Amino acid sequence: MGDYILLAISAILVNNILLIQYLGNCPFLGTSKRMDTAVGMAMAVVFVLVLAGIVTWVLEAVILKRFGLEYLRTLAFILVIAALVQFVEIFMKKTIPALYAGLGIFLPLITTNCAVMGVCLINIKEEYNFLEMLVSSIGYSVGFGLALILFAGLRERIIIGRVPGPLQDVSIALVTAGFMSLSFLGFKGMI
Amino acid sequence: MLEALLLMMGLGGVAGTMLGIASRIFYVWEDPRIAEVENCLAGANCGACGFTGCGACAAAIVEGRAPVGACIVGGAASAQKAAAVMGMEAGAAEALTSQNTCTGGFRAPEKYYYMGVNDCRAAALLYAGAKECAVGCLGFGSCVKACQFDALKIGPEGTPVVDVEKCVGCGACEKACPKAIMQVRTPSQRILHMNLVTDRLAPCRQTCPAEINIPKYINHIKNKEYDKAYLTIMERNPMPLSIGRVCPHPCEDACRRALGDEPVSINQLKRFCSDWVFDEGAQVKIPVAPDTGYKVAIVGGGPSGLACAYFLRRLGHQVKIFEWLPKLGGMIYYGIPQYRLPKEILYKDINRILDLGGIEVKTGVKFGVDFDLESLVGGGFDAVLMTIGAMNHASARIPDEDKVKGVIPATVYLRRQGLGDPYPIGKRVGIIGGGNVAMDCLRSSVRLGAEKVYCLYRRTIKEMPANVVEIEACEHEGIEFITLCTPTKFTTDDEGNLTGIEYLKNELGEPDASGRRKPVPIEGSETVIPLDNFILAIGQTTNSAFADVEGTAVSRLETFKGSIVVDPDTHQTAIPYVFSSGDSAGPPGLLVAAIGGGRRAARGIHKYLMGEDMAFPETRLRVDSRRMKGHIPGTIFDSIKGIQKKGRISQPELEPGSYERQHTYAEVDLTVTEEEALKEADRCMRCCLTCYNKDA
Repeated sequence: MGDYILLAISAILVNNILLIQYLGNCPFLGTSKRMDTAVGMAMAVVFVLVLAGIVTWVLEAVILKRFGLEYLRTLAFILVIAALVQFVEIFMKKTIPALYAGLGIFLPLITTNCAVMGVCLINIKEEYNFLEMLVSSIGYSVGFGLALILFAGLRERIIIGRVPGPLQDVSIALVTAGFMSLSFLGFKGMI
Repeated sequence: MLEALLLMMGLGGVAGTMLGIASRIFYVWEDPRIAEVENCLAGANCGACGFTGCGACAAAIVEGRAPVGACIVGGAASAQKAAAVMGMEAGAAEALTSQNTCTGGFRAPEKYYYMGVNDCRAAALLYAGAKECAVGCLGFGSCVKACQFDALKIGPEGTPVVDVEKCVGCGACEKACPKAIMQVRTPSQRILHMNLVTDRLAPCRQTCPAEINIPKYINHIKNKEYDKAYLTIMERNPMPLSIGRVCPHPCEDACRRALGDEPVSINQLKRFCSDWVFDEGAQVKIPVAPDTGYKVAIVGGGPSGLACAYFLRRLGHQVKIFEWLPKLGGMIYYGIPQYRLPKEILYKDINRILDLGGIEVKTGVKFGVDFDLESLVGGGFDAVLMTIGAMNHASARIPDEDKVKGVIPATVYLRRQGLGDPYPIGKRVGIIGGGNVAMDCLRSSVRLGAEKVYCLYRRTIKEMPANVVEIEACEHEGIEFITLCTPTKFTTDDEGNLTGIEYLKNELGEPDASGRRKPVPIEGSETVIPLDNFILAIGQTTNSAFADVEGTAVSRLETFKGSIVVDPDTHQTAIPYVFSSGDSAGPPGLLVAAIGGGRRAARGIHKYLMGEDMAFPETRLRVDSRRMKGHIPGTIFDSIKGIQKKGRISQPELEPGSYERQHTYAEVDLTVTEEEALKEADRCMRCCLTCYNKDA
């Protein structure tokens, strides 16, 4: 049990996918201007990442490993994740229209998000069992959401501050992301 | 190699098949037009339309929940394409533009020194901001930061300036402003807006019965943007050429400059810029909203009816005006003589209104005779406005006043002059009354060849309601004033022709309800003056006799002393679809008040037709421009230090005593020159609620 808690803390804080691994940069900068968009994006990532983690883990265990085709992992994962997201979209539209309307425009945006792909590959590389994989996937996606929402909060405040011309918008956002990254480095000694 | 190929093909095949099956099983029928419409939109997913993304916006357009022009970023091009997909006309969808309503800026005094976050919303949290004016711009530019289209900047005066070319009307600035200074409105919304106590209004603007944005147009004149000044006036007053000539300008009585100098000559400036637009043939574009499909009948083509027609048309309704006289204009055509307002000038104003298109005119038909309420309703009109004016005269209570030959009501006298068939008068003419109508009769009589013209009035010249300039002009033209007199009887010859009038002298007693001292006749002071004609100009009443005929729809109208009883805000009568404004809806008043009433009636009719709440908001500003009461508290000052005495420009006029002045109908008052107008515009202190230019 303790291992799982450690794994979760490590995924959420210590190895935060956005601020320490620095994956998933595009939505991090693109959807962090407004808090409500950031929240929508965070929800969508949790949803997709967990599904993608399960499917890719099964694919790895059932097909790739058995036939010694691990070298095709990246390619196969891209295909599976893309198809999965499409499938989920179609499925949700029919069965859960409310959720579809809420996550609507964010789902296709993260089809080929590197954070999703990255977590799936980490799960395989660390040779997690199914349960560990589940904890890690949830942990990483929650970490993603945490960093994104914190960042959106900061940016909403920065926009009313006195920012020098050349540093405005994305520049100041990247500087801010750097500082956040430094502060998250503080978690390094925890585990 | 083979395994790799097989695996990828297999995975691809499985994924493809699954998706194919899923799209069948979980198929949701979607209108194919949604995708087509989505292609027409800007694709920015910016959310400015109020929907989550372009897809949702497209769906809303197809389902009719949003107009085809919903995409603000895509603008007119996107609206047209979307309309083509939907198979409808885009129409000239009304453009939303942002406006800054505060002119305070650096002029506005501060309560304390603020050193906090550079943001209006943050600054507003501390005692509602540092500016003393509770509704003034804080100047930190939250609106500028909110604007995604680079259409806003803080100008040199410390208030936001909108770049109209770049503004798409997304409304971000309005949301960002804690003081509601940035207002994103369509032209229709601006027309429907009535002065509120919460608005930023200069004293002159509060006083104007038509609610014209006076400081704004004077500032345009100052910048030599005469066409913009004209358009600013046209948002509230569709007849600036005419009003610029005849208005008694109550606004000037409220001018703050008058506290240490003479007031700004606002009306002359209005006349100057409107004349300039017509003389230079400047192209002005007056926006008209897309058609609503409603038809409104206007009974009476006078100033109030014309103003209402103009505003209704601009709001997108079809209008038809019914007029019983051969020409449109009502009292300003048939009442105001040529030398004050030449007919061709008036017709320039009227034609500008008719040029909007969608306004039909039928002259020579009289309500109650040629048509009535039933036929209008049967003719497909959704609402009716009665602006039938006050064409009957009030009685002077002199015995036999309607029997003696040579005694004429002023309305008839002036109307016949307007019809080009003046009433034949003798050499000695007397007129009773002290209002502007009396002045018009007096000065017309001089021009019609009378050698001796008398003005009889029961109080003194000081109490006369006529414009001071008119009284002065009468004196210049040799008219004699007999004040403090009460005519008691006519003297006639054997055939009943007028030979003279006998009157009693008056003295002033206690003040009456109107605050003026009541004249009391002195017994035994009978005096007789010989006269050939006598004109009654002591007021008019509305002829609403048609409302007394039982069994007709119109008999449901309520009348009081001839006037049609209306709700003073919405101008609705006892019959819900019938409205009334102008002289017929109350005691006869100023032309500019009739225009203001026309706009209020247009608002009432529009709200009624669209099924919206007709009542005025509680914050409605109600100023009595006659008694100078009801202004926003704190905006009327007792004194201002440091006003330089510059003196207002004089009114250029035809030489008194000249042939043109005494014997022709040539316009007496002339338009000021550009140089003079610029000098006068410079005297304006650009006031608002509490701000003003101190060194102007």
